[in-house]
Amino acid sequence: MVNIEITKDLVKKVAKNARLELTEEELERFTSQIKDVILDSFNKLDEIDVSDLEASFQPIEQKNKFRKDEPNQNFSQDEALKNVIEKLKENGYIKGPKAM
Amino acid sequence: MIKQDETIKHFVNLAKSDFSQVEENLSKIIFELQHSQNKGLNYIESFDEQLVLKQLENLRNSNKKGKLFGVPITVKDAIVVKDLESKAGSRILAGYKPQFDATVIKKAREEGAIILAKTTQDEFGFGTFSTNTIKVPKNPFDQNRSCGGSSGGSGGFTAYTSAYHLSIGESTGGSIACPASYCGVNGLTPTYGLVSRNGLIDYANSLDKIGAIGRNTFDSELLLNVISGKDEMDSTNLGINYAVDDYDLDALDLNELNKDVNKIAVIKDFYEFCDQDVKKVFDKQIEKLREFVEVEEVSLPLNVKYALSAYYIIATSEASTNLAKLSGLRYGIQEDVDGLHFDDYFSLVRSANFSDEAKRRIILGTFARMSGFRDAYYLKSLKVRTKLINEFKSAFKNYDLLLNPTMSTVAPRFDEIEKLTPIQNYAMDLCTVPANLAGLPHLSSPIGFSQDMPVGLMTVANHLEEKKLTAFGKLIEMIN
Repeated sequence: MVNIEITKDLVKKVAKNARLELTEEELERFTSQIKDVILDSFNKLDEIDVSDLEASFQPIEQKNKFRKDEPNQNFSQDEALKNVIEKLKENGYIKGPKAM
Repeated sequence: MIKQDETIKHFVNLAKSDFSQVEENLSKIIFELQHSQNKGLNYIESFDEQLVLKQLENLRNSNKKGKLFGVPITVKDAIVVKDLESKAGSRILAGYKPQFDATVIKKAREEGAIILAKTTQDEFGFGTFSTNTIKVPKNPFDQNRSCGGSSGGSGGFTAYTSAYHLSIGESTGGSIACPASYCGVNGLTPTYGLVSRNGLIDYANSLDKIGAIGRNTFDSELLLNVISGKDEMDSTNLGINYAVDDYDLDALDLNELNKDVNKIAVIKDFYEFCDQDVKKVFDKQIEKLREFVEVEEVSLPLNVKYALSAYYIIATSEASTNLAKLSGLRYGIQEDVDGLHFDDYFSLVRSANFSDEAKRRIILGTFARMSGFRDAYYLKSLKVRTKLINEFKSAFKNYDLLLNPTMSTVAPRFDEIEKLTPIQNYAMDLCTVPANLAGLPHLSSPIGFSQDMPVGLMTVANHLEEKKLTAFGKLIEMIN
């Protein structure tokens, strides 16, 4: 059982981790909706004991598949930049926001 | 009863010897597509006539005449098509024209298909009614009602057009079966991993399955035959091809076809959840089927109780990581980055362009994976999935196929949908989510009408037993 109070502060923090900035109205609305989903749906799994079971990361058994690590033909630089807007293209590279 | 001349196979046979059939069918479908757009029915997200005509010319000059020669195919927006805007129904990907074809598109083209257009859907597949997007498709049987979701445009257009046509859909929690049911068409979702996901704009990697929507099982299975099979670009691909046998509808032996389907069962927990009028149509169909096969009842108490919870934890967790790549760089919506720190830039673009439902699911998924909660929610839901798969597997020891109404109601009206809370909305997926969570193949077949709206029957088979599923789907179509 996870004992957690779903508050506006928590939702704001989670949203920030996911790079979402919420308006006050969104925060109000989402907090109450998310509280409903977590309490009514997610927490339902507390009732079921699965301690003896393995997790199914995939629904059907998968085996590791290996292929040779060989270079093959891929996008040219021009093709790779095809969807970049002019403003963000610089000398064949993509201009990004600052990191420092 | 399906007639030979209604099938894609019939059309392809004609088209191979008479190219004017391809031209006529294509003109007809383009006319209907434009007509549906003018009427605001919103089945189509993007269409580029020049790209279509170029394919027609290539086909005219081609010596190879494949299994889908000249067949127009529409594609759910989340599956990328080279040079055709592909945005998974989301504003954040507006303007994105992929530099490559998804594997399923490549395979369809190799067999002579004409990629016609992208179909509307809930943003990233987040929805049951195709209302979580800008262009909301309207049900061809009643424009005040939903086409279902999330492959709503594919379901709606397949029911709307009178031309020979197929649609490639995608299901995470029921997104092929639901629109097939609401729009009265056939929706075939394969076992997880049978069809390559390379080139799919993911919703949830361990749940997403690309499949087929058509007028009947014969058509849907032909498309599955073409798009399934080995692909090195998808590490979860099983490397298995769904084979089709040749058939002559006038000489079809239904008993021979269904020789491996001996005993089936109705999943009573799902059946009981459905509206009376849906049950009535379903019961009538079951009575007809009893002449051919033994029908019993089975209960899946754990699935009915826990599948939705486990599904929504896994789906939102995976979605929240998948959507992290959408940051306003390289493709889709991009803004001026000058003076902005990357955190602020990403937040700005994401906050302005994701819909409410996408934001809700990203927050839920991020929460379920956060340190301190991960074991209780995300990891636990994966173990619950194991338990729920085991429950299905036990049922398949006794039964070849499991059945339930695809959706608990007929397609709801838009004013009814608006009133649903997120929890009520998620509960609408109760009948389709369990099979999807377990990666089991399933088929939705139209079986009649209630309140003048189509009702669908969902058949579920064990992993990789698509053959039983399609044989049974054909039986339903031939006895109705």
